[in-house]
Amino acid sequence: MAQVTYEHVTKHWGDVVAVNDLNIEIADKEFLVFVGPSGCGKSTSLRLLAGLDDLTNGDIYIGDRLVNEIPPKDRDIAMVFQSYALYPHMSVYDNMAFGLKLRKLPKAEIDQRVRHAAQELGIEHLLDRKPKALSGGQRQRVAVGRAIVREPAVFLMDEPLSNLDAKLRVEARAMIQRLHHRLETTFIYVTHDQTEAMTMGSRIAVLKDGILQQVNTPQVLYDKPDNVFVAGFIGSPSMNFFDATMIQENGGAYADTGAFRVRAPESKRDAWMQTAGRRVILGVRPEDIHDPNYAPPGIRPLEVEALVDVRELMGNEVFLYLKSGNHDYIARVDPRTAAYVGNRIEVVFNAENMHLFDAETEQALR
Amino acid sequence: MNIERLTNWFRHLPTHIVLILLCALWLVPTLGLLVTSLRPVQAVNVTGWWTVLSPPIGSSEYAQQCSTCHGEEGDAIPDADLTDPEVVGDYPRSTQLLAMLEKEIDGQPHLEDNPLPDAQQAANIAVYLKRISGIDAPPRFTANNYIDALMGYRGKRTYLEDCATGEQALDLNCNISDLLNPRGMGRAMLNSLLVTIPATILPILFAAFAAYSFAWLDFRGRQFLFALLVGLQVVPLQMTLIPISRLYAQLGLNGTFWGVWLFHTGFGMPYAIYLMRNFLGSLPRDLFESAYLDGASHWTAFTRLAIPLATPAIASLAIFQFLWVWNDLLVALVFLGGTTPVLTYQISNMVTSLGAGWHLLTAAAFLSFLLPMIVFFALQRFFVRGMLAGAVKG
Repeated sequence: MAQVTYEHVTKHWGDVVAVNDLNIEIADKEFLVFVGPSGCGKSTSLRLLAGLDDLTNGDIYIGDRLVNEIPPKDRDIAMVFQSYALYPHMSVYDNMAFGLKLRKLPKAEIDQRVRHAAQELGIEHLLDRKPKALSGGQRQRVAVGRAIVREPAVFLMDEPLSNLDAKLRVEARAMIQRLHHRLETTFIYVTHDQTEAMTMGSRIAVLKDGILQQVNTPQVLYDKPDNVFVAGFIGSPSMNFFDATMIQENGGAYADTGAFRVRAPESKRDAWMQTAGRRVILGVRPEDIHDPNYAPPGIRPLEVEALVDVRELMGNEVFLYLKSGNHDYIARVDPRTAAYVGNRIEVVFNAENMHLFDAETEQALR
Repeated sequence: MNIERLTNWFRHLPTHIVLILLCALWLVPTLGLLVTSLRPVQAVNVTGWWTVLSPPIGSSEYAQQCSTCHGEEGDAIPDADLTDPEVVGDYPRSTQLLAMLEKEIDGQPHLEDNPLPDAQQAANIAVYLKRISGIDAPPRFTANNYIDALMGYRGKRTYLEDCATGEQALDLNCNISDLLNPRGMGRAMLNSLLVTIPATILPILFAAFAAYSFAWLDFRGRQFLFALLVGLQVVPLQMTLIPISRLYAQLGLNGTFWGVWLFHTGFGMPYAIYLMRNFLGSLPRDLFESAYLDGASHWTAFTRLAIPLATPAIASLAIFQFLWVWNDLLVALVFLGGTTPVLTYQISNMVTSLGAGWHLLTAAAFLSFLLPMIVFFALQRFFVRGMLAGAVKG
């Protein structure tokens, strides 16, 4: 039983508000990812849970226990730091055994736990080495190992992969996911990388300026972002935004961007209609813009003229940086496309899959 | 390849020359000190240390004037055997020797065609005759200076000679207990150790505690206290001698080891805290937070993490504090005085008003810096060891 609850959690650093009225309930065995740009309060939220910083306001519960006044060591948590924070003067074995020794576990059990964890992480042969004799990836695994042997109720990870190169990062990502499946413990993971968040999290909490923007499963976050920030942060390349005006004509609602007009999808007609005459922001994901020759069936096409500014071949797809009127946007199209830099082409938007946001509040209009 | 090495060699030549000069600057006087301290007093008073390996005084004059008849060894003429102390004993000085040389032997001049030696030459020959006859044959090297210095011998001969003839001074017992003679360097060295070891450990111990709390504990007035401490370093030690002496007089600490220990602790701590705090503060914060999460109390984090990682800082502090206290004369003089003399006090007493006593002074000086050298070479590897490599990323 280790659900974690943040209730009206607020943290001030002097005049700066690092975390502002954070409310989240994290279920037992969940993998929750805090994601956001640097300075958004994600690390602070984690450190507040760990007890490394003091709350200004609010309550944090681990299980049913209010932990506000409980020192870090008694919170039954383990944390993996971005820098790994391995004790440089101790061997890998002692690094992993340190927390257990301090908790006065029997020697035999310490040995068994350390060796088991080392075996699982493939660092058995490194147990006698000092951290400085390890590579970055090995250090990272030792840091994870040091957390697992503690068998805590909650795992905290503060950007544990950001010091690894791209290839190792992918491996480590899979390793942590396997670990989560096997341990069946609550994981709370902080990252600024939306790919990590999308691939690992069972739920993602998006933070900006200390305020929780949206918390939900990766799929919902991707399909139904609550506001412009979440829409732009989740997904790569990020969503295209068009300033538009909502107009009502012939009983239909249209978003007019100046370069093109989009009729409201049938399901969203009422919602769009209500904002008639107002300024809105139209959001279109790059994958909803197609080369007409390779457009998939089942979309409601909207043809738009565009000038190709830059063309990036990714192998299995092509990113086109396009210009229509005074709008710049990116399309993710089929690699067979014949569009090249300088070409004036026609692209097809999927008008059925549009996101609409209020220009003032930047909140989604649904 | 070879040309590359050659140019490399030339490029580093200036550095090497400077290094060699620096080494020479340090080594030559040290060597002089060492050689002098190992020479017998008679030799020290007459010739410089660099002549230590040259032939004995008078040997060249003897070879020129006397060796043709008396032989290389001096025993060629049985009636005038120069190796016989009784024969040579009649001519202890140059005047007696000259008078003898002016006499005729069997109607012939003593020196045949050779001119008479002058007074200096005659004196040198007399010294040489004493050497070969065994009346006064000082060895090239002797450990007597060290023995005399350690035992506190102040006579005209040596400690061993006096003891052999039973003419030692009243304060000497001629056994191992003389090492504790209050006038000797042995006792002084013991006193110095008794002063220095606690006066090194105490300030570093307290400074480590203080530095940990300044670096990793949150308490009110932390910055202010630390600034105050750094500011206190400018107070000159001499300024506090009188007030503290008066305070000690009231507390009965004057002349006790506690007095010096406390004084050195007080004056060692500001700098020690400053250095240790900066060192501990530069350790990664994550390391300590990780330890707290692992279940460490502040005490555990201090003993298991801060202290092992601060070993280089502690070692350098220990060296500096040890050397400072060991070499200190002022504080020891004021608060210990002559009742429990330390090395520096004893050495300062050895210089007589006429500048004599070189042989004892050099031996004492060497004794006094033997220990600092050992301490330095034992701890210096901690200076260069990169304890932090591998602590955090990259």
